[in-house]
Amino acid sequence: MLRKLRITLAIIFFVCITLLFLDFTGTVHTWLGWMAKIQFLPAALALNAAVVAGLILLTAVFGRIYCSVICPLGIMQDIISWFRGRLKKKNRFRFRYSPEKKWLRYGFLAAFIIALALGAHSIAILIAPYSAYGRIAGSLFAPLYQWCNNLCAYFAERAGSYAFYSTEVWLKSLPTLIVAAVTLVVIFVFAWVGGRNYCNTVCPVGTILGFFSRRSILAPVIDSEKCRGCGLCGKQCKSSCIDMQNHKIDYSRCVVCMDCIDTCKEGAISYGYRYGRRSPIKSGMTGGTSDEKQGKSGMTGGTSDEKQGKSGMTDKGRRAFLTTAVLTGGAAAAQAQRKRRKISPIVRVPEKHDRQTPIVPAGSLSIKHFADHCTGCQLCVSVCPNQVLRPSSSLMNLMQPEMSYEKGYCRPECTKCSEVCPAGAIRPVSMEEKSSIQIGHAVVNLDLCVVNTDDVDCGNCARHCPAGAISMVRKNPDDMLSIRIPAVNEEMCIGCGACENLCPARPVSAIHVEGHEVHKTI
Amino acid sequence: MDRREFLKIAGLSAAAGSIGIAGCTQKTDVKSGEMTYRTHPENGDRVSILGYGCMRWPLTKDENGKDVVDQEGVNRLVDYAIEHGINYFDAAPMYHNGDCERVTGIALSRHPREKYYIATKLSNFKDSSHEASMQMYRQSFIDLQTDHIDYYLLHSIGRIEDFNRRFLENGMIDFLLEERKAGRIRNLGFSFHGKKEGFDQLLELHSKYHWDFVQIQLNYVDWTHASSRNTDAKYLQEELDKKGIPSIIMEPLLGGRLAKLPKHIADRLKEKDPQKSAASWAFRFAGSPQGVLTVLSGMTYMEHLQDNLSTYSPLNPMNDSEMVFMDETAELMEKYPTIGCTRCQYCMPCPYGIDIPGILSHYNKCVNEGYISSSPESENYRKARRAYLISYDRSVGKLSQADRCIGCNKCVSKCPQGISIPYELRRIDRYIEELRRNKF
Repeated sequence: MLRKLRITLAIIFFVCITLLFLDFTGTVHTWLGWMAKIQFLPAALALNAAVVAGLILLTAVFGRIYCSVICPLGIMQDIISWFRGRLKKKNRFRFRYSPEKKWLRYGFLAAFIIALALGAHSIAILIAPYSAYGRIAGSLFAPLYQWCNNLCAYFAERAGSYAFYSTEVWLKSLPTLIVAAVTLVVIFVFAWVGGRNYCNTVCPVGTILGFFSRRSILAPVIDSEKCRGCGLCGKQCKSSCIDMQNHKIDYSRCVVCMDCIDTCKEGAISYGYRYGRRSPIKSGMTGGTSDEKQGKSGMTGGTSDEKQGKSGMTDKGRRAFLTTAVLTGGAAAAQAQRKRRKISPIVRVPEKHDRQTPIVPAGSLSIKHFADHCTGCQLCVSVCPNQVLRPSSSLMNLMQPEMSYEKGYCRPECTKCSEVCPAGAIRPVSMEEKSSIQIGHAVVNLDLCVVNTDDVDCGNCARHCPAGAISMVRKNPDDMLSIRIPAVNEEMCIGCGACENLCPARPVSAIHVEGHEVHKTI
Repeated sequence: MDRREFLKIAGLSAAAGSIGIAGCTQKTDVKSGEMTYRTHPENGDRVSILGYGCMRWPLTKDENGKDVVDQEGVNRLVDYAIEHGINYFDAAPMYHNGDCERVTGIALSRHPREKYYIATKLSNFKDSSHEASMQMYRQSFIDLQTDHIDYYLLHSIGRIEDFNRRFLENGMIDFLLEERKAGRIRNLGFSFHGKKEGFDQLLELHSKYHWDFVQIQLNYVDWTHASSRNTDAKYLQEELDKKGIPSIIMEPLLGGRLAKLPKHIADRLKEKDPQKSAASWAFRFAGSPQGVLTVLSGMTYMEHLQDNLSTYSPLNPMNDSEMVFMDETAELMEKYPTIGCTRCQYCMPCPYGIDIPGILSHYNKCVNEGYISSSPESENYRKARRAYLISYDRSVGKLSQADRCIGCNKCVSKCPQGISIPYELRRIDRYIEELRRNKF
């Protein structure tokens, strides 16, 4: 019963969170945006004390429900692991108890915290669970979803319906795509082989929550009187945390999936109040001498190596398939972009500007604030309707989003990224606030401006500037009827990039935006 | 039911059917004697509410292939018009390259003079000297074959300066006042095109000259949505009513625009009454104010004449809710006129990659299909917005859309329809920008 409840909730969360990354229309966020905001690490980075306290309390009372129900990466691993169990019944019982590998867990956690503290976010967030899933969903699943949508749009167009509209699928950042693909493969292998091994060795959130679940008030407990010692519960425990011989459960690794409760034919395991029962509960690690532990962990290490080797063989084909899929996907996207360019030599997207200072969205306060809080989950990239946000490819900010205006500009009515950011990297801003936040300023290169190169009237930048920051001034001040060239009033410019996006100069726009390190309100 | 009963019913229904058919075929045959007439408050002239504007007579080719007025066609139209109660004919020396009065005179002289009123004008635009004006005045009597003119207009004044130059300084106004006293001019007035200030100043002269009538541009668009160069007709009519001066209406169809409406607007009108033409609404509107003496229509074709006659025989004045409905229609007309693009592609290729015909015809298509909404408050706004934006992206590539037009004006001279392409693109761009900013 409890297991079914857990599975139902987990599926709901998993589907909904995945939808957040797939939905490019921004409608789902209105209803489900909170699901991203209750993720542990983003909430911690957002200094959202209420959510963090709530999650800790939840864990302290019920155990690591978070890992089983809320964390999308955890659920994804459960799905992969379950899938392997479906293939052969034997696989379902492929686990066995292994003691906690403390040095690994705390090593990863320490490294994670040190990396965060040193500002090496791009390394730290590689193992952060929610953002790892976000990158997978945003970079790998979303394009598939969008292609399906475009297919629907294709038919809708022919049927004269406006139910679907096509969206542009483009390679936003190759490094991020590769990272996402590698993460998926690694996680897949982890889950395929060891169930929740990733969560209990690598994941920093798992380790942190482990502190609190270790002494959780409610937990699955083994009634040693009923137990006949068949060992089934331990063999199917994907966290490998049930020590059958001693009737002990390592609660710091248990994700309260309730599988063991349903598996036990004797009804010896039940979920409930842990203290005040007769069952021998001295928390998992205190039992056994250190020698014993060493030996055991050595043994288990060996077996897991074996397993690794085996699965490596069986997985070769699958892995190759995945790699090819990713590669062909990427190639197809690149091909599509090339094809689009072929249509007309006149009509082409300008090349990307090399900006001295990157641009980050309004609400980020400053580049530093943004870098310090962003977990690189790509949620904002997924929802940006104007193709402005994309993951950065620079080493220090790898996978953290930045803005560029070749495909669109930061439209005045849109505050999507600030609405969805779960980590507080982009603070919520209203449309009115946004219109006065200076995230950068435009710079004109008069040598490229069509007024000079083609000797025509233009003024497209001035016409579309929502801040009215561009004036068309006489090229020759002495001539009343002189042709006019654009001039930027840096004080009024908010850096939205309308000018850069709509500038007719090619191959690069004659006007481009330079980011500001610290945003200011004008 | 026995056989007799059946036959009876069958016979009756057949008879009813044939009457019905007869009724349908007779529709275009307008009944005479039911025309609505308005009475001039001072001289008691009984003027038909439909007046004949004589500036659009049917044309034919002469032996040199030049366009000339088709006198036979004019005669036929005039005969039909008089037979069906029209008794006001509005000519001017300058219409039809100066041929108007002569042709009209020929057609009218075939009828007894007391059956109709003649209006003509002093169109001394080019040469406003006393001599030239006198010459023009005298020639009107000769061409129209008459010894008196019922309604004589100072042609098209917009500002008091025009009046001073063309009629005061050359002494013509004093002369015309004398002529009115002598009876050769029965009513003296002016036709007005211009701004409010000019109208006010001209009306102030009423105390001095006593205008017997004023001719104004009035239709449901100009009523409260006049272009910046004109004055709202509502204001003009109300001012005239205050002074008790009857008005004569010109441009009831706004140069034919109100007869050829964009589809979605035409459909609005057809939904109210599927049998009535778009023009009939405009004529009912123009004739509804009580101060209107007659509504001029330049009817080139018999069908136009018949349609207008049926509208005015008799006139069914607009009620309040219909006035509101016409005002909404005018609003739609004003905000979203279609663009006369024929997709000839002469403007292409645009040096900056704009898909000009694509943008213009997409806009027209949306106007015609009603996917244009006047304000975010209106009922179908969300639907219209979605349809417009999605179909825009579908039919015009993102890099070829209106916001990319830099206004280099290279296309303007290439357009055979004389469309001011950059201006229209900018207008469409502004509309789209508005749609995009109003999120749903």
